[in-house]
Amino acid sequence: MTEPRTLFDKIWASHLVDRQEDGTCLIYIDRHLVHEVTSPQAFEGLALAGRKVHRPMQTLAVADHNVPTTDRSKGIADPESRTQVDTLEANGKAFGIRVFGMSDDRQGIVHIVGPEQGFTLPGMTIVCGDSHTSTHGAFGSLAFGIGTSEVEHVLATQTLVQAPAKNMRIRVEGKLPAGATAKDIVLKIIGTIGTAGGTGYVIEYAGEAIRNLSMEGRMTICNMSIEGGARAGLIAPDETTFAYIKGRPMAPQGADWDKAVAYWSTLVTDEGAKFDTEIVIDAAEIIPQVTWGTSPEDVVPITGAVPNPDDADDEGKAKAMRRSLEYMGLTAGQKIEEVKIDRVFIGSCTNGRIEDLRAAAAVAKGRKVDPSVKAMVVPGSGLVKKQAEAEGLDAVFREAGFEWREPGCSMCLAMNADKLEPGERCASTSNRNFEGRQGRGGRTHLVSPEIAAASAITGYLTDVRKFQA
Amino acid sequence: MDKFEVLTGVAAPLPMINVDTDMIIPKQFLKTIKRTGLGKSLFFEMRYDDAGKENPEFVLNKAAYRNAKILVSGANFGCGSSREHAPWSILDFGIRCVIAPSFADIFYNNCFKNGILPIKLPQEICDKLMKAAENGANATFTVDLQAQEIQMPDGEKVPFSTDAFRRHCLLNGLDDIGLTLEKKPKIDTYETARKTEQPWV
Ligand code: SF4
Repeated sequence: MTEPRTLFDKIWASHLVDRQEDGTCLIYIDRHLVHEVTSPQAFEGLALAGRKVHRPMQTLAVADHNVPTTDRSKGIADPESRTQVDTLEANGKAFGIRVFGMSDDRQGIVHIVGPEQGFTLPGMTIVCGDSHTSTHGAFGSLAFGIGTSEVEHVLATQTLVQAPAKNMRIRVEGKLPAGATAKDIVLKIIGTIGTAGGTGYVIEYAGEAIRNLSMEGRMTICNMSIEGGARAGLIAPDETTFAYIKGRPMAPQGADWDKAVAYWSTLVTDEGAKFDTEIVIDAAEIIPQVTWGTSPEDVVPITGAVPNPDDADDEGKAKAMRRSLEYMGLTAGQKIEEVKIDRVFIGSCTNGRIEDLRAAAAVAKGRKVDPSVKAMVVPGSGLVKKQAEAEGLDAVFREAGFEWREPGCSMCLAMNADKLEPGERCASTSNRNFEGRQGRGGRTHLVSPEIAAASAITGYLTDVRKFQA
Repeated sequence: MDKFEVLTGVAAPLPMINVDTDMIIPKQFLKTIKRTGLGKSLFFEMRYDDAGKENPEFVLNKAAYRNAKILVSGANFGCGSSREHAPWSILDFGIRCVIAPSFADIFYNNCFKNGILPIKLPQEICDKLMKAAENGANATFTVDLQAQEIQMPDGEKVPFSTDAFRRHCLLNGLDDIGLTLEKKPKIDTYETARKTEQPWV
């Protein structure tokens, strides 16, 4: 009998190329996603050293961070953004890598495109020069963000030098109450463990509430692992996973498919495997969540109030809280549902998939965005956009007064023209509420797509359950 | 990559927890296709006001710290995105060593790839170093990587530890890719075996 192993241990072991005396490992990388912001310096490094891309077919590139979400026929106005996007296409040609260009239907946010194409598969190691690569862990693949030097390393060698992570399991047991979503689960988790709680760990999410989620919901959870400090999140693949993958353009077919499913079915944590840390959360207690501050751990239930720094555990934390409150323009004790908003952003690699748009549209249907609010919906990819339009969701949003945009990262990080003005307050379905993230001086409240839509309608942060009764 | 052996310089105090990569280098500076030139934008939003003028209160704008080579900060330093622009901007400013009670994983890795030494020390020792760093131009530390020791301005020595392999690479300025390519035969063997077992990869 071999020792019982965790899912992480299994994937790690199957990718080990070499192990040094000090425990550092050389691991094989199956899939490499590339975007325009973190790759130019890596390609430049390769060119300078006269190196080639070792496995171009295991690499897929797409521009997402800088692309405009309005009419694209005129190209990109900002010269620096344009240079980055052009550089990606030029590097793709020079190094023989597939690039989904700006006019390709398949273009979109890299973490939405990978799964959508069947490029992301269970049991694989997947990297990208982007911290939200953790998203792909929803398929039971070990997926994590890397820096540009590592991007260059993977391009040149298809491997990475890594130390193994520690194992953490978070079990979300029981059934989620009405109105609570995958986003609320993950915000609750981050609020519980803190933004550094997962540092050094790979987190496996398990339990009934996780099993019951769709692939979209599982991706939302794994996506924000990094906000909890963990480089990667994992969910064991199951029938839901296989059904999602089957028939996707880059997924295995025929005999390979059967062989793959047989293998993927072994990708579970063995009974009795040891975790360095284990946390259990009761799903029944998860109330829709919202962030009040400038760190993703600053969460409160939508029914709650802004916390008081005087109640903080230590002075460092209290200081950070005071700074957050000042930046956010909030006062301790203020009721969350009395917070007035100016903008709504529905999109990003956290919540820009079809299911997210359906959920938001269900709330928006037959209602109107409050005249004081500017609200926009940015689909995660060209294919999500197409699907939504086929279902008539674009019409629902437009009639309610939302703007319907072209796919990309958009106001998740405001690198393109979509950004908050100083002091503007936004209910956003993205993943980071750092100072200045959505525009200098902008104030971000992280929420689910349902709460974002409800808040657009009332003009205040709003408990979506009021609309669902 | 430049070698890191012994570094002597002023240490700047930045007593904040959760210093994230958006604070270190905001996104408008990620549009570059070069690694250099980011130093002037390091900590942009804290360092400059809305009109682009220097904020005299910010530590790196104070005369004593304008040439700081070391940064002392709070827990969970470098959290947030994977942008290597964060260590690039730190390096381009002239800082080659960051000391904090804890670091976010990706940032920590990225430092080593760029010849920056991140040092993790217990909170109470960081507090002591922070205090020493607050002494302005007198806050000169010497960081000796071979000896794994920080010498404080008053001569007191604080030991630290680093992973042996990373220390070796940093001390010798070694390029990871070159080292890995020496293992090419092992990579080839692995790929062949994998191809038979899992042809869909
Ligand atoms: S949507 Fe936001 S978090 Fe996701 S890849 Fe784009 S910028 Fe990063």
